[in-house]
Amino acid sequence: MAMSPFFTLLRRDITLALREGGAIGTALGFYLIVIAMLPLGLGPDLNLLSRIAPGLLWIALLLSALLSLGRMFETDHEDGSLELLAIGGTPLELVAAAKALAHWLTTGIPLALLAPLLGILLNLDLSAYGVLVLTMLVGTPAISFLGAIGAALTLRARRGGLLLALLILPLYVPTLIYGIQAISGALLAGQSFWPSFLILAALSLGSLVLGPLAAAAALRIQLQ
Amino acid sequence: MRLTAENLSIRRGNRLVIDGLSFAADSGEVLLLTGPNGAGKTTLLRAIAGFLPLESGNTTLHGGDTEREIGEQSHYVGHANGIKSSLTAAENLEFWCAYLGGSATRTHRRDRVYGALDRLRLAALEDIPAAYLSAGQKRRLGLGRLLVADRPLWLLDEPTVSLDAASVALLAGIVEEHLSGGGLVLAATHIPLGLGSARELRLGGSPAASPGPSDSMIMEETGFNTGLPSVDQSRQGQEK
Amino acid sequence: MTNQSITQKLANPTRFMSLSGAILPWLAGLAVAVIVFGLYRGWTAPPDYQQGETIRIMYIHVPAAWLAMLGYALVAISSFGLLVFRHPLADVSAKAAAPIGAAFTLLALVTGSLWGKPMWGTYWVWDARLTSVLMLFFLYLGLMALRSSIEEETLAAKLTAVLALVGVIILPFIKISVEGLSVPWLGLEIPAWNTLHQPSSVFRSDGPKIHASQLYPLLYCALGFTLLFFALHMKGMRNEILRRRVKALRIAEVDRARAAEAAAPAE
Repeated sequence: MAMSPFFTLLRRDITLALREGGAIGTALGFYLIVIAMLPLGLGPDLNLLSRIAPGLLWIALLLSALLSLGRMFETDHEDGSLELLAIGGTPLELVAAAKALAHWLTTGIPLALLAPLLGILLNLDLSAYGVLVLTMLVGTPAISFLGAIGAALTLRARRGGLLLALLILPLYVPTLIYGIQAISGALLAGQSFWPSFLILAALSLGSLVLGPLAAAAALRIQLQ
Repeated sequence: MRLTAENLSIRRGNRLVIDGLSFAADSGEVLLLTGPNGAGKTTLLRAIAGFLPLESGNTTLHGGDTEREIGEQSHYVGHANGIKSSLTAAENLEFWCAYLGGSATRTHRRDRVYGALDRLRLAALEDIPAAYLSAGQKRRLGLGRLLVADRPLWLLDEPTVSLDAASVALLAGIVEEHLSGGGLVLAATHIPLGLGSARELRLGGSPAASPGPSDSMIMEETGFNTGLPSVDQSRQGQEK
Repeated sequence: MTNQSITQKLANPTRFMSLSGAILPWLAGLAVAVIVFGLYRGWTAPPDYQQGETIRIMYIHVPAAWLAMLGYALVAISSFGLLVFRHPLADVSAKAAAPIGAAFTLLALVTGSLWGKPMWGTYWVWDARLTSVLMLFFLYLGLMALRSSIEEETLAAKLTAVLALVGVIILPFIKISVEGLSVPWLGLEIPAWNTLHQPSSVFRSDGPKIHASQLYPLLYCALGFTLLFFALHMKGMRNEILRRRVKALRIAEVDRARAAEAAAPAE
């Protein structure tokens, strides 16, 4: 039973994320507190909150996922693992893909699953829960895989974390727009869910290709 | 198997650290890289591993796998250990064994990992997260990579750092064994490994690096030849 | 240095410096002349029958918006030249183009906002096209921020080039997602996120939807600002080359001093 290097690395990164736990916990905690702060700033009008809930949940999810992106290659770079991974015979693109996938599994999915719970705080329409989770599960891979580009680019930069947000957030605009459009498409009469949802899925699929390619290029430049 | 390097020039930042170096090493041979700090020992090892681009020249591993880069046929031991502190000692080695394709089956992999831990006197610590290990123990665990996956060429950069005398002897034994199995070792070290057959390659002994800035240095720093009036002119200006 | 191709010869910075030194004053002069002429024509053109005098903002806003995109295209092409062909002047070009493109993007945003006040009654509306220009501005900021936060210049150059290429791949998606897309012959219709903006009135398949008295001043202004863009870009590239020469000389100085120190005890 030979496990390919890709799955070996994926398994190691998931194990590390679960064992160290901090990153997942911080992201979930951040998500919760941002959502809890919003009504304090916007006022407790439940009609308003329920109307803008999908957008708030999506934006807060983006920010929460950003928190842990910076660590994607950083720890491996610091302890020397990254260069060993690079010359281990596995293409760096696959290494980047495994690490981005691990990030999605350990951050994207938990955040997407927490979203409906937080929807309660925002009085989100109960019928929206299924669509909300579905669009988030389909949309969040783009966050991890495009985020891998930012994480790789800022590996040796000063102020890496802040810089990462500046570089990456504009790249998330299409995902954000179609993610929210799909939800309102499902909720509002006269709008359709599928076109936006399919575009959202296509964006995620595209990011599966673009992310590892660009991240590997950036890593290769920095290993020199 | 034979590693040859012909007319290597390697640049670090804006300096030509290795300039026109040629050498060869055969199976069963250890080549010790010596020289003062900054002589380019680490640079040379990293360039052979494929991390640094060569300014000129080439490296070839004759009798190796022509499909793969030299780095992929090497173990590189650098200053960092490549150890995850929240994984146990055994898990760390198991990961590298599996990732580097050390063995096909899980049972064989476990055998190799536990054999390596035994050999490195870490067997008692197999279930302890690496975070608790001392610097010397971590170093030994990092060296365990050499034992859990087969690579013909070993590139060792100061492998004895934080090792005590007994561990240095242990490492020497492991290296000897690799050599007798037809392996090849390039090691940069201050401390002699206690190896009889070692040949020495002294770097930076002669001032090979030309004192003045070479044209290529300016090219690197600026990305191209700047078309400076000429460095010589400015040098003459200084001598006046 | 004997077997140089033509591009390599053109890429030679010394050649570039002498060539650009000769061209730049003329280019800059021409740019100013055309802009002044275009603005004068715009100033004397009759006011718009709907928008009145505010239409005159168009003569700066529209060229700035064009150049915002042209600037990013230039950064992307230069980045490609650096990463793929290792063209010696490519990074100089990319580095010089980014702040100029960003400045024109900002100009497009500010003039758009000033135009918006009389039109929409507020300085900023989340109009689709204005929003996508804002996103373009963020991409420019990202490029400059990444470059400035990595100390090693060759590393910064290559990483910034990777980011620029990623940006140019994603930019159409950002634009489509915000502005929508309509391809009638494919039956494709992606709705805009939100739009209040008037559609482009110059580039249209059925001919420009703009009166000739406004079109010509606009074209003069566009030409003038484009000339200005390239004059600024050329000046920026010259500055960058000079900066690198100074840096190379300083490093050479340090090396010489070190060699002298090393040689001294032997004497």
